[in-house]
Amino acid sequence: MKSDSLSTTSSFEPVLTRNIHRPGSEKIETYLGNGGYRAARRALERTPAEIIQLIKDSGLRGRGGAGFPAGVKWEFMPRDASQKYLAVNTDEGEPGTFKDREIVERDPHQVIEGALIAAYAVGAGRAFVYIRGEFFLGVKRWTKAIADAYEHGFLGKNILKSGFDLEMSVHRGAGAYICGEETAMLESLEGKPGNPRLKPPYPAQAGLFGLPTLVHNIETLACIPHIIERGPDWFAGIGTAQSKGPKIFSVSGHVNRPGNYELPLGVTLREIIYTHAGGVRDGRRLKAVIPGGASTPIMTAMQIDVPMAFETLRAAGSELGTGAVIVMDETTCMVEVARRLTRFFSHESCGRCVPCRIGSVRLYEALERVERGQGEIPDIDRILELAHGIGGITFCPMGTALVNPARSAIKCFRNEFEDHVRKGHCVVSRRAFRGGPDGKDSHRR
Amino acid sequence: MAAVSLKIDGKTVETAPGRSVMQAARDAGIGIPALCDHPALPPEGACRICLVEIEGQRAPQPACTFQVSAGLVVQTRSPHVVAARKLVLELLLSDHPLDCLTCESTGSCLLQDLAYEYDVKGDRWRGRHHDYPVDSSNPFIQVDRNKCIVCRRCVRACNSINGVEAISIFHRGFNASIGFGADGPMQDSPCEFCGSCVAVCPTGALRPKLAIGKGRPWQVKKVDTICSYCGVGCKLTLHVRDNRIIGADGAWDGPVNRGWTCVKGRFGHDYVRHPDRLTKPRVRHYLLHGGKKRRDGTGWDWVETDWDTALEVAARGLCQIRGKYGADSIGVLCSAKCLNEENYLMNKLARQVIGTNNIDHCARL
Repeated sequence: MKSDSLSTTSSFEPVLTRNIHRPGSEKIETYLGNGGYRAARRALERTPAEIIQLIKDSGLRGRGGAGFPAGVKWEFMPRDASQKYLAVNTDEGEPGTFKDREIVERDPHQVIEGALIAAYAVGAGRAFVYIRGEFFLGVKRWTKAIADAYEHGFLGKNILKSGFDLEMSVHRGAGAYICGEETAMLESLEGKPGNPRLKPPYPAQAGLFGLPTLVHNIETLACIPHIIERGPDWFAGIGTAQSKGPKIFSVSGHVNRPGNYELPLGVTLREIIYTHAGGVRDGRRLKAVIPGGASTPIMTAMQIDVPMAFETLRAAGSELGTGAVIVMDETTCMVEVARRLTRFFSHESCGRCVPCRIGSVRLYEALERVERGQGEIPDIDRILELAHGIGGITFCPMGTALVNPARSAIKCFRNEFEDHVRKGHCVVSRRAFRGGPDGKDSHRR
Repeated sequence: MAAVSLKIDGKTVETAPGRSVMQAARDAGIGIPALCDHPALPPEGACRICLVEIEGQRAPQPACTFQVSAGLVVQTRSPHVVAARKLVLELLLSDHPLDCLTCESTGSCLLQDLAYEYDVKGDRWRGRHHDYPVDSSNPFIQVDRNKCIVCRRCVRACNSINGVEAISIFHRGFNASIGFGADGPMQDSPCEFCGSCVAVCPTGALRPKLAIGKGRPWQVKKVDTICSYCGVGCKLTLHVRDNRIIGADGAWDGPVNRGWTCVKGRFGHDYVRHPDRLTKPRVRHYLLHGGKKRRDGTGWDWVETDWDTALEVAARGLCQIRGKYGADSIGVLCSAKCLNEENYLMNKLARQVIGTNNIDHCARL
């Protein structure tokens, strides 16, 4: 690795990913050998209210995309309910994101420990792990880790003689993007089609099988043992004013070293791309970045000094999302980017509400026409009109996110859309249209 | 519980807590357009037509699912929500056959009414559209999924009201559509053909087959009646054209059925004009004119007669049997299709006139 002398994060020491490169990191023996389940032991000696206060003090916000404060969510869980659930969201479907997968495959006990502490704090006696069906290795590792945790007494009845019981099982999803949305995930867990539910009631009021349910992302749960272990002040000392703690950034696209990088929140895109991910491939110029996974608005190369934090990215017109950084160099056709991302979202629409069900397809078709050079200049404004119209009126947040690629690509790179219309082909990638007549991409690079 | 006061379009509306903005507006006589919402069904929030602007909310909210609270200020016709409704209608029409000229639902189609009201044409967002085959597999209901707007009214009527669960949504995204049973023909599903789905369908996707081509809504006289099939007494609205019944609907104000019916009430009206229907009493030939009662002779034939004669013959027969074999040789079976009063009278006839306790009722079998 290059010298980190220019980096603002040179003193940062990874915690969430500290074990993943050790051989046999997924085994319970390795985890225990590195101080594993010490935090759980410590947490079970304290009261649930104390744990909730610790998490609140740490400033931990959900890592699944919405960034909701974890401690506040825990407080929403009713105290008097006799039966409560914890749902562990491993349906990592946001394109560009591969952080949860790595944690689950290489350090699952970290998540089980976090889940145990969270379940204890909110009084949930049953935990369901919902995992994306495609994560074959992840399912294997989860299942083994749960079995080992049972064997070592970290799951089951009377955990560590605390009197607290927690049962945990794994449920495989069928790979629908929308099942990463918490209420759709609960529907799917119940054996129904993965359609989002109406909110309110929120899962903390009436979640899985109608009972109060705490839903958390893998990375959020992985943070919890470290907060217990090192204290909320340590956690709150990392990051920016409103975004605390370490964060795993999944870097993909046109960089020399794609991969997961654990860095403090507030690190700039520039540092992630150039210091950690090895810069843009083949010495090319950076063109655009998607900072938080496919559903977050595209940013230009001019904006890469923005700190990667919830509040700063929002102010810059994008979102932190899942922290999945997709890097695009100067050979990337932004019309194609917008079309292909829109195709993904229209394919993943659950079909419940009209703007998402039909609007996403019309958006895709309009983008396809422009990319093929068959459009007219007013078509670009029509795309914007449609995107603007769909945004904010859909049943769930996905419908609103689906317009982000098209809207932000036109906002930042309108000239490319106009070039496609005027010249009838792409001047950036110098390639012919690569989509098939049925709307499917005929081949991938 | 204390009433909740809110403002809808500047008008102060009082309603009960727990009601939706849609219900509150409906009670106050303020119409909020909707496609997926139906007063008799649980709310769905899917069509996004009933979006309203609510002060303090960032985005427009569906009136059908948004619950009232004190001091709510609601705008049902702000430029923003009108624009949203227009877009939703344009998108719906972009995947719709637009064959209103010959569509069975013309004149009773909510989509058509809203497109007209909001001046929406079908050509703004051209693109691919569905071409499903029409399902006419059963005798009662024609299914044309090309006209389906996936509002799920039928799904909710079938599942939440009738508990039959024959209809559900299959596939997802653009290809989401209603399907029956295991996504086969309606005929092969658990469907009981009660037609509740037809009653709530806002477009021409589910239509009663018997009525197809028989008349437009404005050519039809609507006549309220009580269903003649059984003793439940469902209120029906018959659709009558040229003194012929071409269709029937459950009446939403019917105190017994509240709009729902079974297959017989909704679709079983063709017997009224059926050539096989008996409209006069008949008596065996030998009972009127004497002679042999052998089954292969003319004495066995039916002869049309008047009611007095027929009843006279029946009474005479019963008296003969009672005289010869005793009252208990006669049994009486009543019908659930009769009224309470008729069954009571039958009971009197059996016990007091004939003199037997051998009386029972078909509903006990």
